[in-house]
Amino acid sequence: MELTLGPLAYHWTPERRADFYARIADEAPVSTVCLGEVICSKRAPFFEREIPRMIERLTRAGKRVVLSSLAEVMLKRERQATAGLMEIDDPEVEINNAAGLLARGGRAHRVGPFLNAYNEATIDWLAGQGATHVCLPGEMPRNAVAAAAQAAAALGVGVEVQVFGRAPLAVSARCYHARAHGRTKDNCRFICEDDPDGMPLTTGDGQPILRVNGIQTQSESYIELSEELPAMAALGVTHARLMPQDVDMVAVAHVFDDVLCARTDPEEGRARLSAICASTSFSNGFWHGEAGYRHISRRANAV
Amino acid sequence: MNAAADFSQAGELVCPAGTPAALRTAVDAGADTVYCGFQDATNARNFPGLNFTLPELEASVAYAHARGARVLLALNTYPPAGKFDLWRAAAANAARLKVDACIVADMGVARHIATEYPGLRLHLSVQAAASSPEAIRYYCQHFGVRRVVLPRILTIPEIHAIKQETPCEIETFIFGNHGLMVEGRCSLTNWLTGESTNMDGVCSPAGKVTYEEDADGGLRSCLGGFTIDRFAPDETAGYPTICKGRYAAPHRPEGYYAFEEPVSLNLARLLPDLMGAGVHAFKIEGRQRSKSYVRKVVGAFRAAVDAIRAGATPDLADLVALTEGQKETQGAFQTKKWR
Amino acid sequence: MTDTSAHRTPRAALPAMLPSAPLRALLQPVLARVVRRVAARHPGMFARIAPYQQADFLIVATELPFALHLRPDPQAPLFRAVPRDPLPAHDARIEAPFMLLLNLVDGETDGDAAFFSRDLVISGNTEAVVSLRNALDDVEGSIAQDTADLFGPPGRLVLDALRRRAAP
Repeated sequence: MELTLGPLAYHWTPERRADFYARIADEAPVSTVCLGEVICSKRAPFFEREIPRMIERLTRAGKRVVLSSLAEVMLKRERQATAGLMEIDDPEVEINNAAGLLARGGRAHRVGPFLNAYNEATIDWLAGQGATHVCLPGEMPRNAVAAAAQAAAALGVGVEVQVFGRAPLAVSARCYHARAHGRTKDNCRFICEDDPDGMPLTTGDGQPILRVNGIQTQSESYIELSEELPAMAALGVTHARLMPQDVDMVAVAHVFDDVLCARTDPEEGRARLSAICASTSFSNGFWHGEAGYRHISRRANAV
Repeated sequence: MNAAADFSQAGELVCPAGTPAALRTAVDAGADTVYCGFQDATNARNFPGLNFTLPELEASVAYAHARGARVLLALNTYPPAGKFDLWRAAAANAARLKVDACIVADMGVARHIATEYPGLRLHLSVQAAASSPEAIRYYCQHFGVRRVVLPRILTIPEIHAIKQETPCEIETFIFGNHGLMVEGRCSLTNWLTGESTNMDGVCSPAGKVTYEEDADGGLRSCLGGFTIDRFAPDETAGYPTICKGRYAAPHRPEGYYAFEEPVSLNLARLLPDLMGAGVHAFKIEGRQRSKSYVRKVVGAFRAAVDAIRAGATPDLADLVALTEGQKETQGAFQTKKWR
Repeated sequence: MTDTSAHRTPRAALPAMLPSAPLRALLQPVLARVVRRVAARHPGMFARIAPYQQADFLIVATELPFALHLRPDPQAPLFRAVPRDPLPAHDARIEAPFMLLLNLVDGETDGDAAFFSRDLVISGNTEAVVSLRNALDDVEGSIAQDTADLFGPPGRLVLDALRRRAAP
């Protein structure tokens, strides 16, 4: 099983992004890096002009680069951006919206987590249309992942599951970052840049619950499935996806790589991740078919 | 094909039915088309005590067809791998019972029906979130989809533009619960409850909902143990839907509706514009609502559509009190500022 | 549309002048007859509440000095008057002015709208309440009218009087 770095969901400053991907290129034990703006088409122009340099840098470091497409495609600029991306043959593209599938027209591509490949029939269909790799929706429980992975293996399609980072829970046409600041999406002035790990929402009881990232809603806690890596590999999952958060992602990737290669046992791996992500709690409920925010401990699970 | 299965007249009213009694009520109140679902995860209103058994659907199709109305079956959830057979069986039953179309979202389900039951008409559910001409054309081209239900995020000029570039009929929501998130891409309920909107067909399932009264007469609505909202004694209440909850953010310590207030969509006043934009069918949300709701809302919209067709100004009944929180909105349809 | 605000101020506290216990004793056989009749005429509704056939629902009409206890067990349906203070143990409680409850049972009023307007209060197991609501909503015709018919002309007279009193 290999590690993938998923696309950056947040609107980081150009300097921060450049530093981040430079460090990933030099130091992170991931084989694949997804680049591109997936959440907000207004942010995309900032990112796009840096991408050729990042591709060059990452490729030089031996990483496979994948360009991820927008999850929401509605406006003219979003339709054009999607169509343009679909003309690229190298690097590979990861498609997150059916508009991209139409433009791709059967040429090879990856399927992103927003495209809703939940089952064998859909994976079979997509594979017949050129899909070589599928990142499953984050809410799928272990049993369904197992069945999907089996079907994908028979088709020669790679299967990826998110194992680290905030769960992507929803997208909308409305920008909630702008709304929080009394602005509209068209007049947002990129206020989302102030929250490099999302804007926290707490309930009326003061309980942290969700994060706002522009038009996206994410979980408050991070998905953390390092201890499941061996089980996932046994099920036929070929890639484990780490989502970039505002923590030392190189260190995170090293922990996952160490657990994957059995250099570190899961408890120690968890302890290291807790130290790296000091202010954030971990969840694994989706994997266990429970409420996503929950954390099911392995011990309780065995009983 | 039965005589009822003629979808050609624009201004079609597509109405909800959660029970056979509601279906008969909708047909009697003037629905052109009624949509409903089986009592399982194959549809997005998999709620307790709701929906149709096979014999109930069979009798309901007969009732509707005898009165010139059509019946659509919602098969609009996403089967998780390993459970596809449930959707396969539902599709077989839909074909056998001669429903007039299936409303689908999942590509695997769409392909299965297009291949196995080529005579069965397919509508693309709002759960597929096809919000561009390209996405819609993809489903039309590959699965023969004849109608798309548009997400509730487009303005009327945008709908008009999509119609120009789309080979199929357009259906839009005109009334009812106004979801904020892109449909078919929302796991908020699963995050708090362990039940999935996409895979299980639930949104804020009643089994995980509690209401707690405060000492001062206020009401706290909770989902999966999380407080979603708190209503003052005189304040109208809402169902604890996560995207309509009140939360605090760093800049909004007082708490605010971070996504949307508990309002309901009501496009009665925009009906003529929507028809002008090329919308073929109007959908009323609310399979989980009572037949009293169905009777009043369907009746009012029937009269409005008939008036527009006759070239008259529709006399719009006051539907506000039926809406959630008793507040209504025209949502994204009126202006881009909504976004 | 039904004007739910009409229910906010009860027009009359019905038999509030009567002591609760004798009144309840008087009502028990009547309620038992009502629920047996509904069960016999609408067997289909029990399938819709299958998981909650053993659940104890308390239905509280704001103006009445007693509450109603319903257990929708198709084998042994239970419907009886119980004291209000304190309420017996239950799975779910549904509280509203009497005429609103009557209209809800008859599908004349939308339960969600009544809940949003705070005229209807529910507590306890929300899923049980939703199941009961959906089961009742699938019943064709008027349960209230059926019940009134059970008692012949005097029954219909009482129902008509109640409806007139609740009319806005």
